[in-house]
Amino acid sequence: MKLAEIAEKLDLTVFSGENNLDKEVTGGYASDLLSDVMGHAKEGQIWVTLQTHKNTMGVASLKDLSAVVLVKGFAPEADTLKLSEIEGIPVLGSDKEAFELCGELYKLLG
Amino acid sequence: MQFEYKVEGGDFTMAGVASSQVKKTLKQLGVDSSVIKRVVVALYEAEVNIVAHAYRGVIYVDIEGDGIKLKLVDEGPGIPDVPLAMTKGFSTASPSVREMGFGAGMGLPNISENADFFSIETQVGQGTTLQIEINFT
Repeated sequence: MKLAEIAEKLDLTVFSGENNLDKEVTGGYASDLLSDVMGHAKEGQIWVTLQTHKNTMGVASLKDLSAVVLVKGFAPEADTLKLSEIEGIPVLGSDKEAFELCGELYKLLG
Repeated sequence: MQFEYKVEGGDFTMAGVASSQVKKTLKQLGVDSSVIKRVVVALYEAEVNIVAHAYRGVIYVDIEGDGIKLKLVDEGPGIPDVPLAMTKGFSTASPSVREMGFGAGMGLPNISENADFFSIETQVGQGTTLQIEINFT
């Protein structure tokens, strides 16, 4: 499913990367531990987290993830947004908690 | 092909820069993507370890026809108990580092799982040298 469709169906805020929403999402990974994501997330997945700092962009780019979704209404830091545009990895957001958002994502992608 | 990257302890804004450069180089060289993925995981973890634990360090990258050799030499506190440091979940990272989602005790295991060869030499009070080798085929 395309990122744009997911963003629309789950009513996600698009903080950055509006031009990259045509990416295909292959699945999802939820974790707030960067090494866990480094070790186990897979290319094309959407990453659900509450980490807002720019190292998330570094990890997402190195792992070729499709996007990052911040939960619980968190917003990305300014340098995260800057790096997001450079790396072409959109940062999205939701007011929902991770459990709830993952459930909805799983229904869409599963 | 050889590269060198300097890494400053505590500077998380630059963490991952060397990994990103090496990834780009390997892509340009047409290295298999499954191999690049393993290099990226191992190098990123080793790079972040210098940022999180050492005062400073240097990453030496040596790309040859059949593989990549990474040597990460840091000046830092060293590792008093290497087997313990290798245990999944064990970490000595500070609370502020953990809040960022680092220091989960998964770094060294991630390196070990993705490397074809991996060694740690360490001297308490002086520093640590990691050697990582990953074959292209």
